[in-house]
Amino acid sequence: MKPAPFRMYAPHTVAQAVATLAALEAEGQHAKVLAGGQSLVPVLAMRLAEPGHLVDINGVAGLDAIDVSSAGVRVGALVRHAELLRHAEANRVQPLLSQALNLVAHATIRNRGTTVGSLAHADPSGEMTAVLVLTGGSVTAVSVRGEREIPAAEFFVGPLESSLAADELALSAFFPAAPAGAGTAFVEMARRHGDYALSGVGAVVIPGPSRDEGAPTISVSCGFLSVSETPLVLDLSDAWAAGEDSVMAVVRAAIDPQDDIHASADYRRHITGILAVRAIREALARVREEQAA
Amino acid sequence: MTTSVTPGTAVPGETRRVVELTVNGVHRSAEVDVRRTLADFLRHDLALTGTHVGCEHGVCGACTVLLDGLPVRSCLLFAATVSGHSITTIEGLGQLQPDGTTKVSPVQQAFRDCHALQCGFCTPGMLTTITAGLAENPHPTAQQAVDMISGNLCRCTGYQNIVEAVLRAAELMENPDAPLPDEGFTADEHAKGDA
Amino acid sequence: MGQRYFGEPIRRTEDIRLTTGQGHYLDDIGAGQPVLEAAFLRSPHANARIRSIDIADALDVEGVRAIYLYEDLAGPVAEPLPVLIPHPALTAPRTPYALAKDRVHHVGQAVAMVVAENRYLAEDAAERIVVDYEVLPAVASLDMARAAERHAHDDVPDNISAHLLQTVGDLDAGFAKATHTLEFDLHVERSASTPLEGKGVYAKWDADDSSLRVYSSTQASTSVRAAIAAKLEIPLLKVEVIAPDVGGGFGVKIAHPWPEEIMVPFAAIRLGQPVKWAEDRREHFISASHERGQDHHVRVGFDDNGVVTALDVLFYHDNGAFTPYGIINPIITSTQLLGPYKPGAYRVDFYSMYTNTVQVTPYRGAGRPQGVFVMERTMDKIAQALGRDRAEVRAANFIQPDEFPYDQGLIFQDGRPLIYDSGNYPHQLTMLKDMIGWDSMGERRADAASRGKLLGVGMACYVEGTGVGPYEGAHVHIQTDGTVDVATGLTSQGQGHQTMLAQITADELGVPFEKIRVVTGDTRRFGYAVGTFASRTAVMSGSAVALAARAAKAKALRVAANALECNENDLEIVDGVVQMKGAPDTKIDLGTVAVLSNPLRYAFDKAAQAATQFQGVDDFDKPPVAEDDEPGLEGKDYYSPPRSTFASGMHAAVVEIDPETFDIHIDKYYVVHDCGRLVNPMIVAGQVHGGVAQGIGGALYEKMEYDEDGQLQNASFMDFLMPYVTEIPQKELGQLELGHQETPSPLNPIGVKGAGEAGVIPVSALIASAIEDAVGFPVDSMPISPNDLYRLHERFAAGELPHVERYAASPSAATRARRGAATRTKKSADTSS
Ligand SMILES: Cc1cc2nc3c(=O)[nH]c(=O)nc-3n(C[C@H](O)[C@H](O)[C@H](O)COP(=O)(O)OP(=O)(O)OC[C@H]3O[C@@H](n4cnc5c(N)ncnc54)[C@H](O)[C@@H]3O)c2cc1C
Ligand code: FES
Ligand code: FES
Repeated sequence: MKPAPFRMYAPHTVAQAVATLAALEAEGQHAKVLAGGQSLVPVLAMRLAEPGHLVDINGVAGLDAIDVSSAGVRVGALVRHAELLRHAEANRVQPLLSQALNLVAHATIRNRGTTVGSLAHADPSGEMTAVLVLTGGSVTAVSVRGEREIPAAEFFVGPLESSLAADELALSAFFPAAPAGAGTAFVEMARRHGDYALSGVGAVVIPGPSRDEGAPTISVSCGFLSVSETPLVLDLSDAWAAGEDSVMAVVRAAIDPQDDIHASADYRRHITGILAVRAIREALARVREEQAA
Repeated sequence: MTTSVTPGTAVPGETRRVVELTVNGVHRSAEVDVRRTLADFLRHDLALTGTHVGCEHGVCGACTVLLDGLPVRSCLLFAATVSGHSITTIEGLGQLQPDGTTKVSPVQQAFRDCHALQCGFCTPGMLTTITAGLAENPHPTAQQAVDMISGNLCRCTGYQNIVEAVLRAAELMENPDAPLPDEGFTADEHAKGDA
Repeated sequence: MGQRYFGEPIRRTEDIRLTTGQGHYLDDIGAGQPVLEAAFLRSPHANARIRSIDIADALDVEGVRAIYLYEDLAGPVAEPLPVLIPHPALTAPRTPYALAKDRVHHVGQAVAMVVAENRYLAEDAAERIVVDYEVLPAVASLDMARAAERHAHDDVPDNISAHLLQTVGDLDAGFAKATHTLEFDLHVERSASTPLEGKGVYAKWDADDSSLRVYSSTQASTSVRAAIAAKLEIPLLKVEVIAPDVGGGFGVKIAHPWPEEIMVPFAAIRLGQPVKWAEDRREHFISASHERGQDHHVRVGFDDNGVVTALDVLFYHDNGAFTPYGIINPIITSTQLLGPYKPGAYRVDFYSMYTNTVQVTPYRGAGRPQGVFVMERTMDKIAQALGRDRAEVRAANFIQPDEFPYDQGLIFQDGRPLIYDSGNYPHQLTMLKDMIGWDSMGERRADAASRGKLLGVGMACYVEGTGVGPYEGAHVHIQTDGTVDVATGLTSQGQGHQTMLAQITADELGVPFEKIRVVTGDTRRFGYAVGTFASRTAVMSGSAVALAARAAKAKALRVAANALECNENDLEIVDGVVQMKGAPDTKIDLGTVAVLSNPLRYAFDKAAQAATQFQGVDDFDKPPVAEDDEPGLEGKDYYSPPRSTFASGMHAAVVEIDPETFDIHIDKYYVVHDCGRLVNPMIVAGQVHGGVAQGIGGALYEKMEYDEDGQLQNASFMDFLMPYVTEIPQKELGQLELGHQETPSPLNPIGVKGAGEAGVIPVSALIASAIEDAVGFPVDSMPISPNDLYRLHERFAAGELPHVERYAASPSAATRARRGAATRTKKSADTSS
């Protein structure tokens, strides 16, 4: 189980990195960015992919910053999951980050794997893909053509497929702050602790000023993983108002899980309904805790 | 929205590269294939075979080493990528004494005291992981001890005595003379088998 | 009296090396030196003919030194690998060639061998070999094998390798006596040993000496040696095989010779350079043995007390593509199924079936987990049918303590009668019930319910024949410096044999533990051995070491008596010193005795000089070395038992089920274990711990997922779900408790029984029982995932599965009678899966 041969490139600046990617693209070469390698290296070791060129960005300066503002958290391409998880300020602004990151693999993998890398990898079973979509975040990409900001909804194109061009580098990801008064939660079910989830749900609930006149309402939205080709977000405010059964029904109708050796589509559909209700309940409990405090 | 970037030049690709690493406090330099994993580099080029390889796809944890003090999977890193950094392997966990001998660390001692290894294949990854874990949290609860090793597979021990060893190591860090724990069965009865 | 070591939790000598990275595992050998490395090209198809192989492109890869195909083999090495354990019932044995000849029978079978300067290059070349296959339909499951529309081997049209029927007692009379009968199907899936270290072979040819040294990560070095000598036509004494530190075995490394064990030495000889192959994880999944897959059909008759009057079992055993290890697994299943019980009559009929999947050879437990699953589920179903407590029904069927030795009337795997030597099952059950609080689960159930969880409890009992023959031997050599070298031929894979055997030697000889060095699995040190399997080391090598130490001791006393001019019966050995009983000032060091035992004239060292004071009186009428005697202080002996010894155990667990997601959580796990006298309780407890974890893996997580084409879908640690610590109940969290009962074996000199496999054996049975207890519908197939449980629940909700009631101990006679009547009228209408 050893990777096939490749050439390795070690740029020190973003400019060098994108120039290198562009040059390889121009030559029609199959190149891959190497960040933490926690998804890429296993694939190379099993020779499921044999890119001839790896652009190692681990030596690129300036990609390891976590910038927190009241608007949200910007995460550089070399920020490891573990660094973001430990960042108290970032998690105060957007608690979903640590709630989800705690469920990403094991601590040792998180020491090396990058959050941006997991977005670029675009695995619909990756927790952070769901968080990006649920928070309405974005990815900033850069190439020799310049920088562009890709909204989450446009970033994920298919399973393991993002809208990054072959010569583009994901520079950073932006996770907007949780709205004031909001409660969040992330729950999932995996076969073993630390495995990719059979299904997972992130929830954001915002206790309302009433949407229409009359009864106070709460806004409820959930992001889902492992149950659709790309991470999915549903507005469940109306369903929640109608009751838990209605949430389960809406969720189960909206998702499109697949069979695999770990779980059937049926079962995934079943538990996702339940997990959605549990995530919402937990998020609401957080709202109440906040209010009580 | 598109902004412009400073134009840069493409860097050349390499198939071999000279890596410079500090391994267990010793500076090492070697030219390697860029596809050589850190695990293979340590084991086969530096002959530091204490680090084990159980899966080569990041799941078992036997290959875990400390990269600048933090546990990482050495099978998922290329030696070329970590040039300039410092690596600690199981061979480097002991503490060098003034008389030139090496004293085993509290974690290593705890593994012996608690029978925390059988075949010993998972042991290097467990020891490095726990060493880093206790550095971060020197007084773990039993549940935290479980969490500390939750990314490492062991096929022999059912993890029972490894969890115990985490707690024992924490104890030894406080008190190197803490008495040996009892090992064996909680309930023990001698029945008459009429044989 | 010096310190006694037997029975003490002595810390392991092995650990000094292994905790500092100083172990020597297979892939560590030759590190830092130029060693050629091998990679094997393996079949991507489950069943195919090889039309042609083109290696031209592969040979172009720089650094490639050789590529071998079947056509490069000649003589014995070109013959199929041996059938290690033939059996008259195995009418169609099949084994592979070292490299596939013109046919492949499973995904992963070795087709070509590439040797290159390193493994990376070898894999590059292997990838470039072009094989033209004619793909044939694959037999990918037991169902497909039975249907026999496809054939795993062309010349075995029914896919049956073996058929064996065994009967004890009068089955018809047993059923006639029964007041109730039940009939049902049970099913166990495939798993595998999956040691953390894969297999591996290193070979070095010494051209000057025409000798071969081979290291193999094996459980049977002596036998691997014989196989290599025979296959490569090298005199046995020119081949040495050494098992280095082995990173776990659990059975998979007892099968041998693997194709690689022949091909690596083959290449090393031809290339005149050391060659190594270290199996990678994917290779291990698709080419190293699996085990466990069986389908059972059970018919049982019993009386109103639940006493089994007749048991009729028909089962199909999936032996994969080859039968190198004969039919050991199904034989063990069929005999060990009986456990601690004594059915009135028993018939067991099995078919061993070929499928185009990885071969099946023993994995820890070796057929017992399936047998125990069948028997214990049967006990539960009887209890259910009668409306009685599950423990009560078991107790009603136990062999009683005064019935030993108990003859089950069958022939065991070693070809000898299945006679249990000792045990005390009723007491074991009482211990277990006390530990778990079996009769007072109400509060815990209520507590779980208040948390929205379903609580279930289950138990299972087993008897394990351990320490099977034919023999093991040992050599004990007392050196002139007073240290002692011990060698035995069988191998170690982490069981602490070096420590355990040193404890036995220390006590037998009266020598401090620290002075003893033990070597296992090295044919240079001990040439005759069978191997490490069937929980036999403590029994077999332990006994042999004790006997060999006794022989060495006898000689030491004789020589010392001569030197001290006294009677040897008046001497004892304490802390390495031979001394007069009651007059310890009259003494002589054991090392000095060793010098004296060798009447050589040269004094090399202090010990030899010290010996000069004990010259004694030379009797010039006698030769310096007496007839029947030999120089040196050594003892060698073999232990060959009349038959196996029978360990036993009972486990119980409390599980909690999430009624919405069907997530399964083991809340508490209890073990009562009896393996006779314990040499080292710490090591035995460790063996049980590990076994339980493997059992839980097999019950809830691990399963080989083959698709219709015989492709293994989960050949990685990412998808084959070996449990992490988070999946196993932990003693430090108060979730696991071990109890020990001791009924010594009368069969061997140290009273021990085997312990290595025990932990794994009953787990699937009791987890199924506990889950069933929690959810109220039958669980007849293992392993079970939350998804499987959900599916069963759907069927239950649709009325397709019966309700399983919960019965406490000693229910009112009325309920019992009512339930009894119901089953009688139903006759054979229990569940089937
Ligand atoms: C045992 C194990 C368990 C895991 N479990 C989980 C889990 O439960 N949940 C989960 O979400 N993840 C899991 N992961 C994956 C882990 O989170 C990875 O770290 C992450 O998915 C990828 O990050 P990386 O930095 O390692 O990326 P890499 O492996 O380096 O790259 C992944 C892909 O993204 C591309 N890429 C990376 N960075 C960039 C960039 N800046 N610009 C453009 N392209 C880029 C690469 O070219 C590659 O195609 C697991 C991994 C392992 C080994
Ligand atoms: S070998 Fe690196 S995680 Fe298994
Ligand atoms: S001790 Fe063998 S794998 Fe852990």
